[in-house]
Amino acid sequence: MSPMNIIWMIAMPFIGAAIGLLYIGISRNITARVQNRFGPPPYQNIIDIIKLYSKKTAITHGVMFHLGPVLAITGTISTLMFVPILTGNYPIYLFSFQGDLILLMYIMVFGCLAMALGAGQSGNPNSAIGVSRGLTQMFGYEVPFVIALIILMVRFDTSSVLDIIKAQDTVAHWNIFRSPFSFIAAIAAFLGMMGNKPFDIVFAPAEISSGPPSEYGGKYLALMQTNRGLFAFVKLVLYTDLFLGGAGDFITLILKTFALFLIPLFIGIVNPRFRTEQAMTFFWKWPTAIGVVGLVLVLL
Amino acid sequence: MNDDLDRQNNNIIANWARKHSLWVLAYGTGCGAIEVPPTMTSRYDAERFGITGMATPRQADVLLITGYLAIKTLKRVIRTYEQMQAPKYVIGFGSCTINGGMYWDSYNTIKRLDDYIPVDIFINGCMPRPEGVIDGFIKLQERIARGQAKGWQHYQENLDWYRANQKKVIKNWTMPDYNW
Repeated sequence: MSPMNIIWMIAMPFIGAAIGLLYIGISRNITARVQNRFGPPPYQNIIDIIKLYSKKTAITHGVMFHLGPVLAITGTISTLMFVPILTGNYPIYLFSFQGDLILLMYIMVFGCLAMALGAGQSGNPNSAIGVSRGLTQMFGYEVPFVIALIILMVRFDTSSVLDIIKAQDTVAHWNIFRSPFSFIAAIAAFLGMMGNKPFDIVFAPAEISSGPPSEYGGKYLALMQTNRGLFAFVKLVLYTDLFLGGAGDFITLILKTFALFLIPLFIGIVNPRFRTEQAMTFFWKWPTAIGVVGLVLVLL
Repeated sequence: MNDDLDRQNNNIIANWARKHSLWVLAYGTGCGAIEVPPTMTSRYDAERFGITGMATPRQADVLLITGYLAIKTLKRVIRTYEQMQAPKYVIGFGSCTINGGMYWDSYNTIKRLDDYIPVDIFINGCMPRPEGVIDGFIKLQERIARGQAKGWQHYQENLDWYRANQKKVIKNWTMPDYNW
């Protein structure tokens, strides 16, 4: 491994978290403008995290409670290590190998499961309700997500993200145009993954008082917020790689990921909240059906 | 331990972040809770100062006591306050938290909130309008930036005095000595 790669390996989680948190801050600002308010500054989430890291923390509910946020951010950082970030003259891909798409399908779930274990041990009933809702919703959106990935794997006869990026050499060859069924299924799963408005029953602050993190405060919450920003960045980069032909440099990366980020944001601003069974019905009906149609078409 | 607390209080970067990110747990006692929604929503938009509502005491920085406190409610407030994580601030909202207000001769409300939990900022009025509430928050921000909002530290140092006051009004005290 070259020294440049080692530097990127250390720097990338920080850059990713900063970009992800900035996006979430901008989303707060856009939401405020839609609601006819001024809104917080775009860097508000970074201020929040500095404050949370500087708080004293004296909560204990057992070993898994302490390990939950740590394992969640471990899962997210290890996902980041397998996602090719830049493919251009100065490429950044750290541990990409043949078949990393299958690994990504598994490892993306790890953080959510660690979170569920940690929140489950806190003993707060709101946490338990939030965890059960979150895991149920995860079963919902994993189905169209996996179908979308299988369409891409069958189409290009590979399970390496780098090969899929290489196949999308021009704009006309981007998978968003070549496999629209796969893109629609994947973007519906993306709405669920981002936890924006129609699918935010997991964290619903007004009814189950923020759900799984309701017993987490101080530095634990800081780790979880960092994880949220970083995970948003990882998912955006993965979707850019799979459907928008990857990115050659940082400016392209930011433009493409931000364009993708706006889709769940704008859908979220104008929609109310789905109940769990409505969310499950949505995920298992339309995106799954569209995905299966795409799969049949690509197999023919 | 006191040196450590002072060092934390005078950390410029941490104080700047604390000042610009106040997460509020609005404890809706009494009639003052009705003034909180207009403060937070589009008309007065407290979020532009970084003031956001939070759902649980573990995540919150500011405990907003909106109005009179019955003795039964005081028990819950103490529990909530002690569950919050350390640099934590209390805002007493309305005349009732200062001297009892219109409940000055009531048999089951407390008269002066400062005797039971340390209050950093009082906002007077019955009720204070959202402009007054935002002004109170800005005064609190200035105190935090100067490192003067040390109510939580005062509570730790004088826990016995506060505890004696609390036990004087709460007859059936069944809580542990400190609710972590």
